Amino acid sequence: MRRFALIAIPYFWLLILFLVPFVIVLKISLSDVALARPPYTPQLDLSAGWEGLRAFFSELDFENFVFLTTDDLYWKAYVSSLKIALVSTLLTLLVGYPIAYGMARAPNEWRPTLLMLVILPFWTSFLIRVYSWMGILSNEGTLNTVLLWLGVIDTPLQIMNTNTAVYIGIVYTYLPFMVLPIYSALEKMDESLIEAAEDLGCSKLAAFWLVTWPLSRNGIIAGCFLVFIPAIGEFVIPSLLGGSGTLMIGKVLFEEFFSNRDWPVASAVAVILLLILIIPIILFQRNEQKAREAEG
Amino acid sequence: MAQTVFAPWEDPEQKPLIEFRNVTKRFGEFTAIDDLSLNIYEREFFALLGPSGCGKTTMMRMLAGFESVTEGHIWLGGQDIINVPPNKRPVNMMFQSYALFPHLSIWDNIAFGLRRESKDKAMIEERVEEMLRLTRLTKFARRKPHQISGGQRQRVALARSLAKAPKLLLLDEPLGALDKKLREETQFELMDIQEKTGTTFVIVTHDQEEAMTVASRIAVMDEGRLVQVDTPDVIYEAPNSVYVADFIGDVNLIPGTAKPRPAEPEAPAPEPAPAAVEDAAPAVEGTSPEATAQAKVQTDARLPAPNARGEWLYKKVFARFMGQRDLATPQLPPPSPEELAAARKAEAKAAAKPAPAPAPAPKPAIKPGGILIDWAEGQPPIIAANGDPALDGKPVTLSIRPEKVTIDLEKPDRPNVLPGKVIDIAYLGNISTYHVELASGQMVKAQMVNARRLSNRHITWEDAVWIGFTETAGVVLEE
Repeated sequence: MRRFALIAIPYFWLLILFLVPFVIVLKISLSDVALARPPYTPQLDLSAGWEGLRAFFSELDFENFVFLTTDDLYWKAYVSSLKIALVSTLLTLLVGYPIAYGMARAPNEWRPTLLMLVILPFWTSFLIRVYSWMGILSNEGTLNTVLLWLGVIDTPLQIMNTNTAVYIGIVYTYLPFMVLPIYSALEKMDESLIEAAEDLGCSKLAAFWLVTWPLSRNGIIAGCFLVFIPAIGEFVIPSLLGGSGTLMIGKVLFEEFFSNRDWPVASAVAVILLLILIIPIILFQRNEQKAREAEG
Repeated sequence: MAQTVFAPWEDPEQKPLIEFRNVTKRFGEFTAIDDLSLNIYEREFFALLGPSGCGKTTMMRMLAGFESVTEGHIWLGGQDIINVPPNKRPVNMMFQSYALFPHLSIWDNIAFGLRRESKDKAMIEERVEEMLRLTRLTKFARRKPHQISGGQRQRVALARSLAKAPKLLLLDEPLGALDKKLREETQFELMDIQEKTGTTFVIVTHDQEEAMTVASRIAVMDEGRLVQVDTPDVIYEAPNSVYVADFIGDVNLIPGTAKPRPAEPEAPAPEPAPAAVEDAAPAVEGTSPEATAQAKVQTDARLPAPNARGEWLYKKVFARFMGQRDLATPQLPPPSPEELAAARKAEAKAAAKPAPAPAPAPKPAIKPGGILIDWAEGQPPIIAANGDPALDGKPVTLSIRPEKVTIDLEKPDRPNVLPGKVIDIAYLGNISTYHVELASGQMVKAQMVNARRLSNRHITWEDAVWIGFTETAGVVLEE
């Protein structure tokens, strides 16, 4: 009984915070747009009893999903979002891994300070930080001014309003989410493992590839998920730092909801996005599970 | 056997495999290794022994290449290795934590080093299988390190470090994580494997028993210096300093002042000593038969069952110089027949260890020479025939192992006899250690093999006893 209660708590929250909203979104995605409040039909009318319920279900259809396939804007936005999220996850990993490695190898008394410094940016508003990047990256921004003054370039670099700016923004914003899990994996690692690898004939680089990297794998996977999943639906960064050419599904979603007030199509976009994210994750988890079971 | 013949360190022709030459290692201000020179020979099982922080692990890490050398040189097989990185040294190490790669199977762990040498697959396979057989791990080859027991992990670590057939294997407290019984088994296994493979082993340990068991030679270290490098028996029987004596095993350290001892064997030297004992001893034990008998009766009152062996012992040994037959008290063990006593003779001889030593000569001949040690006011000096007469007048410490000290209720005929009182008894099953307080307040430990059942043990707390040891049992150490 106690065990049941313990398990029930997370499931309860999962139900309230994930499943119920998802069912609502799914329901809206199957409805039709209407000039009403809320802006879709049918509405569920429980007072009409059984008949009302049947009438409600008979009016739901997959029209909006079919609509998404007719306009190539949507799939282009999906592909572009996937690409941007993937590239920025890799970039975050490239930047974050050395940071985490350095932190894990730092003297013990330094580690809390370094950890603090990684988390420190969270203490200011996310929006302010993105705006300050606009100040840095714009044509008259700090970066261009410094580069011009140094004579590295003679015309300002166009970074602002390009995909590059979006990458910079995403890498910057999500870096702590990459650093922390990798740091925790590396910190747990017994340093004598590296010595053992070297003792058995590995160069320092080989020891890293054969021991450190595989042992930080779990941290890397967790970090990549933590960056990739929010990055793919990112809205603020592409709309503030990206240009008109930056196509991301978060932006499309926003347009559908607030500019077009087409909640059903927007919901359909959201449902597809969810499937894109969840299906690979489930497959991955199952794969891991199998590997674990095969081990014993 | 081979073990006894094997002594390359005594052969000046032999070239050492490892040579530490005036090696110094400093960590900042701290000197971990202080101008140390040491030779280790091929096929040796060499133990670095010392308390934590004595520099033994630093020595090993310098051999493996994980620590640089501040000053001096280390030669390995004729090559100066101080600038050779760890992955290029023909040395492998078994780590204290085993350092098994958790993401690799046992098989892959063992093959790890071989693969780095880019040997061909068949050869790697053969070698790994051989190692698995040697360490009896074949069944577990496919498992991951977290799926096997501590003892098995220890064997994997050993197999992995031996797989590359290193010239030198370093073992860093290899058995520290095992429980006592497994540790003892593994020690013999280690020796066996060392013999089979012919590899030179250097083991770091703080466990003196472990070092004594496995090593051909032991280096006792303290504060970055070698205190003594010798075979286990020499280290134990003839420590060169109070530090070594105290670190290795249990020991009684009796401080005193040396004074010369007459050299002639017939000289009254042995005589005055026991006489002095008797004079100085409190009146518990008198010379008159009356007093002894009285004491005996007192003692008897405490004896639950003095058995045949005790009686035999008395007749054979003590009766010669103590109060004759009347003390033999044949009425004490009424049920024990003469035949029984005779039948047990052989057994008793083996078991009752204190008796045989002084027994053979009718008048115990105490070895001449050496020194006398004044160790307490009003107490007879201790005879130490192996002491250096040159120590005359100097403060010395007599180091004597508890198992070489006997304990008796009756005054025994031994060269050194001191009266005392039993304060504590540590019963360890096979042996008992008696903590005896001498008249001067000095505590002495005496060990007895428990050949009798516990219920028959006749010495107990608060008993007035005599401890005794021979003139050569102790080692005289200069302060």
